[in-house]
Amino acid sequence: MNWGRATVAVLTAVPVIALFAFGFTRDPGEIPSPLPGNPAPDFSLAVFAPGEGTLSRSVGDSIRLRDLAGKVVVVNFWASWCVACRDEHVALSETAREYADRPTQFIGVLYNDRQNLGLRWIEGMGGQSYPSVTDRGSLTAIDFGLYGVPETFIVDPAGRIAYKHLGPISARVLRSKIDSLLPAAMPTGMTPRDSAP
Amino acid sequence: MIGLLAHNALLVSVATVALGAILTPIAIRTGRREWLQLVYGAVYTNFLLVSIATGLMIVALVTHDFSVSYVAAVGSRATPLLFTVISLWGALEGSILFWAWVLALYAAAVVWFHHGRAGNLVPYATMVLLATAAFFAVLLVGPADPFRPVFPVPLDGPGPNTLLQNHVLMAVHPPLLYLGYVGMTVPFAFAFGAIVSGEAQSNDWSYLSRRWMLASWGFLSAAIIAGMWWSYEVLGWGGYWAWDPVENASFLPWLTATAYLHSVMVQERRNMIRLWTLNLCISTFVLTILGTFLTRSGILSSVHAFTTGTIGYYFLALIAIVLVLALVLVAGNSEHLRSRGNLGGAASRETVFLLNNLFLTAVTLTVLVGTLYPLIAEAVRGVKVSVGEPFFNRMTIPAMVALVFLMGVGPSLPWGSTSWPEARKRLLPPLVAAVLLAAAGVLAGARSVYAILAFACVGYAAMANVREFWTGTRARHRAHGEVWPTALARLVGGNRRRYGGYVAHIGILFVALGVTASSTFRSEREATLRPGETLTVAGHTVRLKNVWGREEPQRSVIGATMDVLGNDGAVIASVEPRMNYYHVSDQPVPTPDVRSSIKGDLYINLQAFDANGAHATVKVIVEPLVPWIWFGGFVMVLGAGIGMFHGGRRSAEARAIAGGALPAAPDVARMGVGVGVGVGVGVDA
Amino acid sequence: MRHASLALIVTASSLALGGATTAFAQDTAALGAIPHAAATPTAADDELEARTTAVASTLRCPVCQGESIQDSPAELAQQMRAVVRDRLRAGESPDEIKAYFVSRYGEWILLEPAMSGLNIALYVLPVLLMVGGLAFVAYLVRRWTTPEAGIQ
Repeated sequence: MNWGRATVAVLTAVPVIALFAFGFTRDPGEIPSPLPGNPAPDFSLAVFAPGEGTLSRSVGDSIRLRDLAGKVVVVNFWASWCVACRDEHVALSETAREYADRPTQFIGVLYNDRQNLGLRWIEGMGGQSYPSVTDRGSLTAIDFGLYGVPETFIVDPAGRIAYKHLGPISARVLRSKIDSLLPAAMPTGMTPRDSAP
Repeated sequence: MIGLLAHNALLVSVATVALGAILTPIAIRTGRREWLQLVYGAVYTNFLLVSIATGLMIVALVTHDFSVSYVAAVGSRATPLLFTVISLWGALEGSILFWAWVLALYAAAVVWFHHGRAGNLVPYATMVLLATAAFFAVLLVGPADPFRPVFPVPLDGPGPNTLLQNHVLMAVHPPLLYLGYVGMTVPFAFAFGAIVSGEAQSNDWSYLSRRWMLASWGFLSAAIIAGMWWSYEVLGWGGYWAWDPVENASFLPWLTATAYLHSVMVQERRNMIRLWTLNLCISTFVLTILGTFLTRSGILSSVHAFTTGTIGYYFLALIAIVLVLALVLVAGNSEHLRSRGNLGGAASRETVFLLNNLFLTAVTLTVLVGTLYPLIAEAVRGVKVSVGEPFFNRMTIPAMVALVFLMGVGPSLPWGSTSWPEARKRLLPPLVAAVLLAAAGVLAGARSVYAILAFACVGYAAMANVREFWTGTRARHRAHGEVWPTALARLVGGNRRRYGGYVAHIGILFVALGVTASSTFRSEREATLRPGETLTVAGHTVRLKNVWGREEPQRSVIGATMDVLGNDGAVIASVEPRMNYYHVSDQPVPTPDVRSSIKGDLYINLQAFDANGAHATVKVIVEPLVPWIWFGGFVMVLGAGIGMFHGGRRSAEARAIAGGALPAAPDVARMGVGVGVGVGVGVDA
Repeated sequence: MRHASLALIVTASSLALGGATTAFAQDTAALGAIPHAAATPTAADDELEARTTAVASTLRCPVCQGESIQDSPAELAQQMRAVVRDRLRAGESPDEIKAYFVSRYGEWILLEPAMSGLNIALYVLPVLLMVGGLAFVAYLVRRWTTPEAGIQ
């Protein structure tokens, strides 16, 4: 038995074991998005669910992301067949109402679903305060690098994606993210228009 | 009740195997060899105990005893009986229980067959098997306990994973996989025993281990092909291999086992590459554990991965122990294991085997690194990357085509050495088949260089291997006047290991041809059809008849009935691709309809449908020669079976002695009674 | 009659499954992802389809596991394939299209890692192994067939 040689050999196993141990600290299902920090992909999508009260938009209107510069925009991808979307529905709808008088805009994007099923779902959930749009061919979903629903993107007044949320979002997270992005929190002397691309 | 009984059986099993493993070195060191009887008793007892636990699990599954945690997790009253029974291996805990049972079976078989052998090799090998069994027994009473009591007892369960209850091949693939995977523990145990008992310098351990390796290889080959078949029939995209981590995990030990089965022949004949062969044997086992770790720990994402708990840490510990042990044993003893023989000449079968081992090792390492690379990239660069089919195809196909070519070169060259003119004379004729098959490929529309090369190499190797049967049979026919079938049967029977190998080669060639043809000439089209509309793909026309729905206890089935039309427009067959919505899952399971013929498959998958039955979207794929892959799998297993039951240890030893001393000795020693020397020369020269 | 029962089952399973039936689209034709059967494909269509397949085979489906968007029947994969097709038709090169998907999904989406940085090692290592291995085997065969090396 040559113990010197054996020791050297065993040392070669250390990085392999270390690599596997490292693997435990990672979740292979969690893929970081390259989008946050970059300008949000623009879209212009037609409203199919109008929303309520002051937040409502007429059915058939196009909502264009670029037109919303200066506002904090919350883009939520959802579907009627998505179970987790039920969990976040109230949080989104309530928070949108709460921030109605601030420069914010909530938009629901229906993902791979039919409009009538979406409308029925909204009705069943007791309404949705903000408008939802359809995304033909999922072009916008792909533009936003969507993996599944629900996913929520928060776009800052300058039109950059500030935050991406996987899975159902809570009112607490929504508030803290929106508050940090509202113009009041921005450095003085810098208006949203100036920094818009 | 069942749970408690089984749990206790497993607890006793832990104690039994642990004591057995500890007792072995004590018995050997203190010279109390009679204690080894206790060790062997522990092996049989363990088999009995794990069998009881496994039997109780099956009873619990069949009787829907939801007080047992595993049954509560995978059982369901609506699931058909067959799928209830086979859900034994459908989820993590059950699969570990089944693994433990297969290991206990192997250990008992090893002791049964080899307990009478003198020396310390078998006792030490038994110790390794018991220690491995102890690991799995500990899992079964700890982190992967399938018999935890559930309270309150649920009335019903969710049923097995929907992908696993959709096709009957799930009754076949996993047991074969475990028989192959777990079986590779046995050669490792013998390798370990050989080193520790100081018998690694003799060829004796390899006579013991290689047969177990061959059996495991046969099971693993069958399992891989069955797995391919299953994903072809269930995943709905008309493919059978996607280089998924789990698939790679089964392929890696297959590659090293294949390399071992070849290198061990060189070791026995020429008394060389001893250390290398030992390494292959150990690597094969390490790769089975590594593969299990990768698929059970959840560190790589995969279609087939089980959900995980803390079990990954246990497997990491096992890998660490096995790796360290293997490295210490091999590196620490490498000086004793240096090669002592030499090659007869460069133009010899031995040289081809060295190349075969090189290419197999290169493919193994490429696949291994590619599989682990996402982890490496994340550790080093901090980004998530994917390594998938395009990478593996690009990097491994050249070596695999070369391997197919070598499969023709090896059998054509004799052991030892030969003159170059003689070698040329033997190597040139199969080129005829190579050119013919390549030309056929080109005529059929193949344009990629690799595809054409692959056809050529398959043709070459096919002719070279068939020629071995032809010349041997003809020699017998002429020398003894035997009728052709008798001559063939006696030829194979007289040298099963060798001709079993050639049969396995031919099986692999069927697989290679099927894979090359189906990937080169695949044509597919997807379209949305209204009833009465047709879709034509590569000369095959299907017409949608109607879309229908049906309720079954555990699932809702949506199907599209379609007519397959002949050239004259007449209906020649009806197909029903379906989509199964299991009540427990939010993902439908596609159930394509596959019409097979010797020429290939017409593969029809229902992609989408209209809720009112007004239209259906179907994908129609025409894949030539796919059934040849499955057939090739049977032939490979047949080859392994023939090779398993070869002439026994005595003749093998005689041959090793002859082979070590004489270059290219005719295989007289292994010929059975009544087989003439002349035939041996005629075949081998 | 049969259609009615089909609709019923679809609704029933939609309810039971939270409506996940759309994971495999029921309405793909309406969504425009799939060509309708009526039109016979022209040679140009076939050529575009082949180029689409080539690109789609190198992109990983985000909602599946390990499958390419070419192989996956998932709706999103079909839509991504449509994006690839449209961009090819608009004259973009395969590399530009891959760059677009990487900008949205990250490097993860490439089934074959880009040839840069550490990734190069992944491509070079097997080749080195093969070349080095061949040289080593040649050396061994030479040494083991030279008579004076003999038994030792």
